[in-house]
Amino acid sequence: MLEVEGIHTFYGLSHILFGVSLRVEPGKVVCLLGRNGAGKTTTMKSIMGLTPPKRGNIRFKDEEITGKQPYVLARKGIGYVPDDRRIFADLTVGENLEIAARKARGTEGWDMERIYELFPALKNIESRKGGCLSGGEQKMLAIARALMGNPELLLLDEPTEGLAPTMVHALEDQIRKLRQAGLTVLLAEQNVRSALRLSDHGYIIDNGQIRYQGSVGELEENEEVRRKYLLV
Amino acid sequence: MELGQSIDLASLGSQLLVGLSRAMILFIVCAGLSFVLGVLRVPNVAHGSLYMIGAFSAYSVFALFGTSSTGFWLSLILAPFVVALVSLIAERALFCHLYQREHLMLLLFTFALMLIFGDLVKIIWGAEYRSVLAPSILRGSISIFGSSLPRYNLFLLIVGPLVAIGLWFFTSKTKIGKISRAAAVDREMVGVIGINVSWVFAGAFVLGCFLAGFGGALVAPTVSISLGMDHDIIIEAFLIVTIGGLGNIWGALVGSLIFGLTHSFGVLLWPQFAIVFPYAAVVIVLLLRPRGLLKSVW
Ligand SMILES: Nc1ncnc2c1ncn2[C@@H]1O[C@H](COP(=O)(O)OP(=O)(O)O)[C@@H](O)[C@H]1O
Ligand SMILES: [Mg+2]
Repeated sequence: MLEVEGIHTFYGLSHILFGVSLRVEPGKVVCLLGRNGAGKTTTMKSIMGLTPPKRGNIRFKDEEITGKQPYVLARKGIGYVPDDRRIFADLTVGENLEIAARKARGTEGWDMERIYELFPALKNIESRKGGCLSGGEQKMLAIARALMGNPELLLLDEPTEGLAPTMVHALEDQIRKLRQAGLTVLLAEQNVRSALRLSDHGYIIDNGQIRYQGSVGELEENEEVRRKYLLV
Repeated sequence: MELGQSIDLASLGSQLLVGLSRAMILFIVCAGLSFVLGVLRVPNVAHGSLYMIGAFSAYSVFALFGTSSTGFWLSLILAPFVVALVSLIAERALFCHLYQREHLMLLLFTFALMLIFGDLVKIIWGAEYRSVLAPSILRGSISIFGSSLPRYNLFLLIVGPLVAIGLWFFTSKTKIGKISRAAAVDREMVGVIGINVSWVFAGAFVLGCFLAGFGGALVAPTVSISLGMDHDIIIEAFLIVTIGGLGNIWGALVGSLIFGLTHSFGVLLWPQFAIVFPYAAVVIVLLLRPRGLLKSVW
C-alpha cells in the first residue's frame, strides 16, 4: 500500500533523513520505533507531503506521490495524526470533525455517529472548544478527525505519548478496532511495549536511518536490538 | 474657544446617530480588513483602495441607470461585486504566489497595489468629484423627540447590524466559515484534512474585499467621491482593527464603535479638535491593552 524508498529529508540545511525506506502492506499495522529525535515525525511528515523529501520516492497504492501537496494526499486516502495533535483550537469538537469530513470511497465510511461509537467520550464534549480539551481528549479528537476523512492509510504519530496507562489501553483497543475495520496503519512510537502489542511488523529508526526491521516476533527476540535502540 | 456650551439632548441624539452610522460604515470596511488579516495573515494596505473603487463603481452604476433610485439600489448590489471581481483577479494573479513571504514583503506588495489602484481609478474615473444621490425615501430627516435624524443614517443603522448578523452566520454556521476560522490558526493542518487552502484563501480575500466595496457603495451618497478616499479610510481602518484585536471581526465592531462615537462626541465637546478624540481613544486603548480589546488571532 505504501512504499517509501531511500528518502532524504532536510529542514533548511540540516539533513535529517538519510535514505529511509519502508513498506506497509494493506491491512497491516506497522510501527516505526525510535527514541526522541530519531526521525519518526520527519518520516511521517515526508510521507504526508509536509516536508517533501529532496531525494528518494514514495508510492501509495502503486502511484508515485512524492512532492504532492498534503491536501492531494489526504484526498487520495492518507490520514495523518500529528504528534502534537494540532486540533483547531477555535473550533468546537463537533466542528473539528465536521470540516474534516470526506466521502468514503469504499462501502461503509466514517461519520459522526460511528466516530462517537468508537470514542464515546467525544460525544459528551461535542460543543467544547478544541483549545479547552485535555491531552487525552485532544489525542482522541486528532484520531477522530483523521478518520472523518475516510483514509485507507492512517499515519499515527505517537498516539500514546503523555497519556495515563488506562488511557493507553483504551486507545490500543480503539486502534485494534480500526485495524479490524480494514484500515492500514503506520504507527510511530517511543512506547515500545504499546507499539509491539499492536503491530505486525516493525522498523527501528535512529539518527535518520532505518537500523533494523522485522516482524514483531523477531523484534521481541532480538536482545541486541532491544538493548541498543529500544531501551527496554 | 467654546467648550461644548450648547450641548442639549436634541443635538446629543443626532450626534449619537451620526457617530453610530459612521461606525457602521467603518465596521463593514474593517470587518473585511480584519477577516483578511486573520485568515490570510496579509495586512492589506490596498483595502482602502477597494473601498474607493466601491464608491466609484457605485457612482458608475448610479449614473448608468440615469441617477434614478433604481440606480442607487443596484449600485449597492453591483459595486461590491465589481470590487470582488477586481480582488479575485489580484488574488489569483499576484497574492496567491506571495503567502509564504514575510509580512514586510506582503506589506510592501499591498502598498504597491494601493498605488496601482489609485492610478487606475484616476485613469478610469478622472480626478473630478463624483456623487451619488440617495433615493427619496432615504433623503431628508425625521424628527424624534426634537432631534432631527437623517434618514440615510438611520438606514445605515439597519444595514450595519444586518452585515454583522450575516458575518456571524457565515463564520459560525457555514462549513466554509468554519474552515476559514481553522485556516486562520493552522493553515497547514487544514491542508492535511484534504482542503485546498489556496481556494480558502482566495474566498476569504474576496469576501474581505467585497465588504470594502460594500462600505464604499454605502458611503457614496454621504460624501463627495474622490481620489484620496483610500488614504483617509485605510489609516482609520488599521487603527480600528488594532484596537479591536487583529483578525477578530467583533473587535472590528468594537473598534469602529469607539472610533465613530468618540469622534461625534468630540464634535459636540470641542468641534475644532473633534478629530483628536478618536485618536486619543486609540492611544488609551493601546496603553491599557496593547494587543487590542478582543482576542487577536495574531
Ligand atoms: N522544524 C525543525 N527544524 C529543524 N530541525 C528539526 C525540526 N524538527 C525536527 N528537527 C530535528 O530533526 C530530528 C528528527 O526529529 P523528529 O523527526 O521530530 O524525531 P522524532 O519524531 O523521532 O522524535 C531531530 O534531531 C530534530 O532536532
Ligand atoms: Mg516525534
